Amino acid sequence: METRDLSRRTFLSSTGAFVIGLASHDVYAQAAKPSPLSPNNPKLSADQLDAYLSIDKNGRVDVFYGAIDGGQGLETSIAQMVAEQLDVPLSSVRMIMGDTRRTLNMGGASGAQGVSRRGISLMKAAALARQILVEEAAIKLRVNSTDLIVHDGVISQRNNSVKRITYAQIIGGKSFQTNVRWNGQWGNPHDITTDAPLKNYKEYKIIGQSPKRPDLAKKVFGEQDFPGDVRLPGMLHARMIRPPVAGAVPVNVDEQSIQHIAGARIVHIKDFLAVVAPREWNAIRALRDLKIEWSQSEPNFPTHKEVHAHIRKAKVTQRTIERENGKLEEGLAKATRVISGEYEYPTHSHASMGPGCAVADVRADGATIYTSTQKPHYAADGIADILNIPRESVHVIWMFGTGSYGRNDQGDATADAAVLSKALGKPVRVQWMREESLGWDPKGTASVNFCQAGIDEKGDIIAYELISRGFSRENVATNEGRASATLAGQLLGAKLEPKNTFNIPFASYTFAHNRVGWETVGPLMERASPLRSTHLRDPYGPPILFGSECFMDELAVAVNMDPVDFRLRYLTHPRDKEAVRLAAEKAGWQKRVSPRRDLDSSSDIVEGRGIAYRRHFDTFIALIAEVRVHRKTGVVEPTHLICAHDVGLIINPETLRHVIERQLVYGTGRTTVEELTWDRNMVTSLDWDSYPVLHMQHVPPRITIHLMERPEAAPSGAAEMALGLVPAAMGNAVFDATGVRLRKIPFTPDYVKATLAV
Amino acid sequence: MAQKMTLNVNGHRQTISVDDPNMPLLYALRDDLGLNNPRFGCGLGQCGACTVHIDGVPTRSCSLPVSAVGRGKITTLHGLGNRQKPHPLQTAWIEEQVNQCGYCINGWMMEGAALLKRNPKPTESQVRETFSDLICRCGSHNAAVRAVLRAAKQA
Repeated sequence: METRDLSRRTFLSSTGAFVIGLASHDVYAQAAKPSPLSPNNPKLSADQLDAYLSIDKNGRVDVFYGAIDGGQGLETSIAQMVAEQLDVPLSSVRMIMGDTRRTLNMGGASGAQGVSRRGISLMKAAALARQILVEEAAIKLRVNSTDLIVHDGVISQRNNSVKRITYAQIIGGKSFQTNVRWNGQWGNPHDITTDAPLKNYKEYKIIGQSPKRPDLAKKVFGEQDFPGDVRLPGMLHARMIRPPVAGAVPVNVDEQSIQHIAGARIVHIKDFLAVVAPREWNAIRALRDLKIEWSQSEPNFPTHKEVHAHIRKAKVTQRTIERENGKLEEGLAKATRVISGEYEYPTHSHASMGPGCAVADVRADGATIYTSTQKPHYAADGIADILNIPRESVHVIWMFGTGSYGRNDQGDATADAAVLSKALGKPVRVQWMREESLGWDPKGTASVNFCQAGIDEKGDIIAYELISRGFSRENVATNEGRASATLAGQLLGAKLEPKNTFNIPFASYTFAHNRVGWETVGPLMERASPLRSTHLRDPYGPPILFGSECFMDELAVAVNMDPVDFRLRYLTHPRDKEAVRLAAEKAGWQKRVSPRRDLDSSSDIVEGRGIAYRRHFDTFIALIAEVRVHRKTGVVEPTHLICAHDVGLIINPETLRHVIERQLVYGTGRTTVEELTWDRNMVTSLDWDSYPVLHMQHVPPRITIHLMERPEAAPSGAAEMALGLVPAAMGNAVFDATGVRLRKIPFTPDYVKATLAV
Repeated sequence: MAQKMTLNVNGHRQTISVDDPNMPLLYALRDDLGLNNPRFGCGLGQCGACTVHIDGVPTRSCSLPVSAVGRGKITTLHGLGNRQKPHPLQTAWIEEQVNQCGYCINGWMMEGAALLKRNPKPTESQVRETFSDLICRCGSHNAAVRAVLRAAKQA
């Protein structure tokens, strides 16, 4: 039997903690160095295993997940990853999510990287915990650790189950006090490494299964509380007062005008204006009755109809070429034909099902905040900044909330609640109204794609250029981490810190001369703007892929090729090609050069199909849309979407199918109906009629998803990748059916009818 | 002036004090009775997040004055069934893992349950028609249809 030097261990029984100093962990022995502390909780050290998971006396595993689950099953998937590596039953794993006191800042939902980044980090922590526990068991059971097996949190000797000990018996309620290697980053880039090996995928038993989500049953039985359901003693209900014209600020507020409403009060600090009342309905009445004199403001916005013309002629504030090879100008000069295409994408609201809502309780000794923002740690930073209080005194408690697909209005509402609670010395619940949520949420903004390509005499594409131009994706930051990033902060005087941010999705198309880049134009208003831009779900996917993947179809037509064959000719990554091939095979794709020529040109209803492909991180997707176009009415009806999806290792196949199906439905809405409207002064999309969203009548009735088995590849993300393909796949299908190229989203009946008539 | 009103909610009679009879039922349920099931989505009757049954009829509680309820029997999602005695649609809804965020769930489940009551074996197009006036921003539309058809099959 192996001998060990037990004297190197120090058991700290009085504190319930013990230190393991085994040789194999010496690489982590950094105890002399000061620990890197979490800014939002100095008690948590990112280089300590204990910051990632704990095991209590009953064997329950708590996993400290410093981000959130937007209802897309991360709570279950990440628990599966941890349970797999630890060899514990899934039912013993509890996910502690987004609580700034109990978790580290691991970022947001950001790019659907919950599994691929944070899940992997936690899996590594679990593997280390298992290794430590097995080594400890070897000593306690006096057997060689290689002779031990683990099943459901019980460590036993192979072929001798009498020699056994549980995780709970070894560590239950105590801390590991073991170092992990932290990369020194907070937020999305946060990661750790350890020397404990991960299991080979062939050994997986829990990963690859499809356990159901615990939150779903709670929602079905009406048990799941959201932030708006938090009721604190003495809590006041608040409504924010927004100006009728963007940029106007309150000059005079008539307190008399709400005197008849029981308990109603005004909070007016600089340009920040709200009404509060003990009863929610009375806060709403006060919102309606309050008389305000607003300052003159003439934003003189180019309207939503003029915004693409504005983008074309506005001064470019930054130009960045992301990828370039060869010499584009030379390639174009050599070409015998140059073709070009422009594509316009509109402004979208997050338009969350529930408007922003949060509860704040700010007291002299600290602030407790209930929110469903998708970046709770940053919300804590931002609240400390606005209220000018120490960061560690802000406790943000994240709760499941309305779909948070991007930086919606939840974080702004959270900052509002914090400001009001501090001003009033009472807990405050802020609920944004519907018109406020559509009018004042941060927007996913408009852009124009400029595409051109040169074709040589043999019909090869030798030069390719894609430049996407639009508003920066960061007029305000993609999180609420600074006062300047929220409306509340801005109304209280924080100076804006806009950045020029843009991005072009990667594609493995290879051309001899190639240039892909972006250009930003300045914001339409410099402060507290209803049109301020930030990340909306898949920020660069739908707007840019609509252009780039429709233009690929234009090129296929130009060289007389089938669109699938054309893509296979220029794609270079094998996983890209396989996704495209599989989608085509499953759709029963019939090769032809679009448009189809077998249709009766007099028939009102015509059908076609289109394909689009993308790679997002290491997720490879091809989507085929089959559509029916009603020529007389201009209605474009998606009848069947077929998706081939390669995400690498699949953690939970059913959840994966769910998120793909639902984002394809959502993406259909972004393609066919959604468009934010505004006039010279203010957003005019203020309810579900003026901001149309997808209703059942326009949902693709058939969606077929083909998951590609690639267990040897690292898991990538899935929660937003496919949606970006819907606009191009549908646009290409409309061309196939009609021979008419749609160049503008959304495909409303009016637009389609007018385009068909040209 | 505050006035007393008695509401019949999920089989219990409860008295509340209301200072504006025009207050929508939603706020009485949420703020006076602490029932979190119906949710505020638009306050305009456009989305369905606040839906309850009144005498079995799906009703948007954000747009109905509390004084108009009278003796109507109010049922919320919670009153439809619970873990011990789930409504068949609740069971089917879990099987199909319908929603993502679930903020819209009251509208879909209360409309779906009412449909199954008046038509226990609806066709797919009847289900789609029933759901035509509801909003879901997560794209759970088809899954909701599958759940109703599954519940109908199992009934």
